[in-house]
Amino acid sequence: MTSLVTAGARSRAFMTPYAFLLPALVVTAAVILFPVLQTAWMSLHDFVLFRPRDVPFIGLGNFERMWNDEVFWISLGHSFLWIALVVGFQFLLGLGAALLLNQSFWWRGLARSLVVVPWALPSVIIGLMWTWMYDFNVGVINDGLIRLGLISEPVAWLARPDTAFYAVIVALIWQGFPFFAVVVLAGLQTIPAELYEAAEIDGASRFQKLVYVTLPSISEVIATALLLRTIWVANSLDVILVMTGGGPGYATHTLPLYAFLKAYSGMEFGYGAALALVLTALLLVVVFVYVRRVAREIGR
Amino acid sequence: MIERCSRLARILQVEIPVLVIVLFALAPYAWMVITSFKPNEEIAQWPVAYWPSEGTLKHYRDLLARTTFAGNLLNSFIVAVGAVAVGLLVSVPAAYAFSRFRFPGRRWLMVQFLVVNMFPIVLIIIPLFVLMRSLGLLDTFIGVIAGHSTFAIPFSVWMMTSYMNAIPTELDEAAIMDGASRLQTIRLVILPLVMPGIVTTGIYIFVTSWNEYLFAMMLSGQNVRTVTVALQLFIGEFTVQWGLLTAGGTLVAIPVTILFLLVQRRLVSGLTAGAVKS
Repeated sequence: MTSLVTAGARSRAFMTPYAFLLPALVVTAAVILFPVLQTAWMSLHDFVLFRPRDVPFIGLGNFERMWNDEVFWISLGHSFLWIALVVGFQFLLGLGAALLLNQSFWWRGLARSLVVVPWALPSVIIGLMWTWMYDFNVGVINDGLIRLGLISEPVAWLARPDTAFYAVIVALIWQGFPFFAVVVLAGLQTIPAELYEAAEIDGASRFQKLVYVTLPSISEVIATALLLRTIWVANSLDVILVMTGGGPGYATHTLPLYAFLKAYSGMEFGYGAALALVLTALLLVVVFVYVRRVAREIGR
Repeated sequence: MIERCSRLARILQVEIPVLVIVLFALAPYAWMVITSFKPNEEIAQWPVAYWPSEGTLKHYRDLLARTTFAGNLLNSFIVAVGAVAVGLLVSVPAAYAFSRFRFPGRRWLMVQFLVVNMFPIVLIIIPLFVLMRSLGLLDTFIGVIAGHSTFAIPFSVWMMTSYMNAIPTELDEAAIMDGASRLQTIRLVILPLVMPGIVTTGIYIFVTSWNEYLFAMMLSGQNVRTVTVALQLFIGEFTVQWGLLTAGGTLVAIPVTILFLLVQRRLVSGLTAGAVKS
């Protein structure tokens, strides 16, 4: 009798953590796991929304179509360029900002708060404010550049195929550099002052201190932040959607945007799902590296 | 003399560059706010008038009186509060389990919450639309809140776990020694201590949900349209009415800016904990 009770108590104790987890697991399964499985199913079918009863299984047909789809390759190329430029410049700008904000001056606290503001804003607002600044007729960017003598007449930044992509990239760099500034700054604050003192005794110049003390000390932080940001930037499509909708032509198409447009405007959910799956598969490598780094922390 | 030199050097090498960066960070925002107070003639003026000769609230009045914007603000608020409620209700118990128990599958499950947070939105949004349509939940608050919980839950599970881990387990053990049950321990020891973390996480979910655009656009129609979606539609509808658009943008941006600045420091330490811990 007693052993039965303890066995019951023990199995109840064993179940306790799972009971606490249950709500989160159920909701996550419903809103994420199930949809993802459905994406996999849809990608194998010719699923067009306004034809819900006629969903033929076409195997890898969607992927075959992708292989021969010029727009897919254009979008993929843009995605790589997009990630490299956005993440690269966000990082450089964020690193510079963090190094400066780590110095001491009397309004440092205020500066640290204000620099973060772009991070807090909705992408729709970011798209809106930059579209307004890029405006062809009365935009402040054209006005400023003409006053500075850098251009002689207004440029239709978002309507020209050769400038639209880079114009959107500038807006994205602006939105994301505070993230790097904040993360790198937090890393800088963990570097012990003794390291700098020792370097100073050895007669290191300021640049040498940056290269031999600062950067190695925060390399882990930088690597994690770069991985996280690459994933985020690779997935982001809302600012492009608001600013150009992917145009002019296909000039600002990236892979997630193309997948979204296929489903949203084209109603071709099967093909959109296949595009989304390819994007995920490409990203999985980065996600894997990132998750492994973070998972090392979990055990403790 | 030396002191003045170094003071000058600091201004040139640190303070002026910082000022440039801060201005860069704030300029687009400031320009939106300034535009929203300009009369229409000055908005359409070329070369650009940088400062309104006479500020006006006309755009704000028009926006609230002539468009659905006030209702959209309310919808956004309801959705964001719903997302906060769902996110916290399921993630606080989950975080407690991850923080206080060692059980088979713990590590694996934690990693899964991290992985789903990295999934592209397009991967989830397309089937979620189909799912909500078949459940008849399109254009309802439940539908949009469910969409937002896809990012709210994984994120807050991680945030809350790191906040819970910061509470020493000796405190729970002491309470148990004093004869408290597990639920009493949670209610009397854990929850009060973790409250700042709950508030920070809640505010972050609120801000993210308020700012969110793609799920809201896919899953809402006229009934529960949020401000971000409404604003985007205005861009198409009132193409050249930049006064109206910037007034709307300002109304949407101000509350989240304030919330974000309020909790910024604690938020940043939570968000960067994984990245910075050495």
